[in-house]
Amino acid sequence: MSMHTRQERAPDWERMAASGAFQELLRAKRRFIVPATVFFLVYYFALPVLTGYWPELMARKILGEFSAAYVFALSQFPMAWILAGLYLRAAGRFDRAAGAVVAAEEARENNAE
Amino acid sequence: MTAILMTLAFVAVTLGVTVWASRRSSAADSFFAAGRNITAWQNGLAVSGDYMSAASFLGITGLIAFHGYDGFMYSVGFLVAYLTVLLVVAEPLRNSGKYTIADVLAFRLSARPVRAMAALSTLTIGGLYMIAQMVGAGAMVSLLMAETGIDFRSSVASVGMLMIVYVVFGGMLATTWVQIIKAVLLMLGVVLLSGLVMAQYGFSFDQFFGAATAVTHSAGGETVTRDLLQPGHYYKPPYGALNLISLSLALILGTAGLPHILVRFYTVPDARTARVSVVWAMAIIGAFYVLTTFLGLGAAMLVGRDQIAANGGINMSAPLLALAVGGDLFLAFIAAVTFATILAVVAGLTISASTSVAHDFYANVIRAGKPTSPVMEVAVARLTAVVLGAGAVGAAILLGPEANVAFLVGLAFAVAASANLPAIVLSLFWRRFNTAGAVAGIAAGLVSSVALIAVSPSFMGAKALFPLENPGLVSIPVGFIAAVAAALLSKDRSSELRYAELQVRAHTGLGAERASAH
Repeated sequence: MSMHTRQERAPDWERMAASGAFQELLRAKRRFIVPATVFFLVYYFALPVLTGYWPELMARKILGEFSAAYVFALSQFPMAWILAGLYLRAAGRFDRAAGAVVAAEEARENNAE
Repeated sequence: MTAILMTLAFVAVTLGVTVWASRRSSAADSFFAAGRNITAWQNGLAVSGDYMSAASFLGITGLIAFHGYDGFMYSVGFLVAYLTVLLVVAEPLRNSGKYTIADVLAFRLSARPVRAMAALSTLTIGGLYMIAQMVGAGAMVSLLMAETGIDFRSSVASVGMLMIVYVVFGGMLATTWVQIIKAVLLMLGVVLLSGLVMAQYGFSFDQFFGAATAVTHSAGGETVTRDLLQPGHYYKPPYGALNLISLSLALILGTAGLPHILVRFYTVPDARTARVSVVWAMAIIGAFYVLTTFLGLGAAMLVGRDQIAANGGINMSAPLLALAVGGDLFLAFIAAVTFATILAVVAGLTISASTSVAHDFYANVIRAGKPTSPVMEVAVARLTAVVLGAGAVGAAILLGPEANVAFLVGLAFAVAASANLPAIVLSLFWRRFNTAGAVAGIAAGLVSSVALIAVSPSFMGAKALFPLENPGLVSIPVGFIAAVAAALLSKDRSSELRYAELQVRAHTGLGAERASAH
């Protein structure tokens, strides 16, 4: 049940959190996640706001029988899938950076012993 | 009568396969968090199974059949919501918790008050969600047994209690496999049903969507013709736009606060697997929601709104469509899939609610972390399951078969987004957050969302004190503002001490709970 099966003592969290490598990891994550979140929220809320307040515009048929509203609604699906795929790719980089932070901590502990 | 017998046969086979799969896979591992050995695609299917409830299948199909495009808004919101889960909560949650969502809060906040509050909101959300499933199950039984004249009330009571008995005494450990098998069955059923619908139109999208532009039903003795691909058949002035925005807000933020979905991320070995499993779930769930277009519009055109209203109501659009395009045998299959779906979701909800009460409330609040006997914890969990199930059955009977199940689940999403999400997000990402903020945020979000639902048009009709059907637009900001304000007003800074540890753990996975097989 021990939380620390590998480390004998708890890591120095404060020092790790303040380390350059960890701060760089947080910055890298923020650089992707914040704009991505803002983007999907704006893209998503544009749908109810446009259909709610500009119904005539959104009722216009723009693709065969499909109204602008329906096309926009359907486009939310590929939007979500593509953004998820992009995040998956970016997260591979975050994993490597996180691995480096953990490895640096372990190397430090081994040196200390 | 054939439909009933066939349904029973299908249900028996489904349950048999579930039991077989759960035994075969590993008798030693409980498939709760304890094992943490679920792979990414398995967890993706299990998340999908937990998520695609009666609301998605019966509810959305009914809303699209009755209101066209406007009903499809649920499908969009239910999928896009997973971006919130993927980008914001899944990985940090996996890295810093153990069994329930309260673990994340208790990490650096004071355990007893936040666990008590989290157990309360988990129960409320589970209860609301379960009411919707019971309404769906009851309507389904009434439809199948129409010849025998059994009413909705007896249907809900009998099928509801049967499900609770199954979950309490049999299905506890197998729930991940129930979800996986049910997800596969439901996808199969929906793909087949969509195919049969398209066959009626010679597999021509032009013909199908062409027909959807002129669909008739009668209203007040007159025949009305509508273009179901157009918006605005349900969300009409004066409050249509705000209603739609409020619903959208609840949907997109609700998933990331749903206890029975979030605990799924504790069943995988690490954050990377949690992440990949969300993407699997998004692929499966997204495909499902695209197909709701064909089910809903198909039901509107091939069965017709008048027929649906006369034969079981809005929630029965999908089963009636199955009867129309595939006959008795296909109806039996779809009915069995529906029961498997509802049973699986009821199981997932019961597990998350009873785990929360046993672990958060009984073990950590009542017993204050003193050792508890496993026998007592299981007893508490079972009692919770029975009480919650009985409550949901009673509420479903009061609501009656006409209440749309997707709409009801939308209310549970609003409560989850208002009560749980502020506390989860702020405790993960805001150093200055503290116990007072979490308690105030959960309490304010919970009380405001439930109170606004109680005085909404759905429950008070024309005399409603609050004009919106879904409280999200008001209660979600209330939850966030209360959490931030209480945190700032309180002088308690002790929660900041472990913030560095939480941050490092959440973002690197260092010290996170591992799979037990190592």
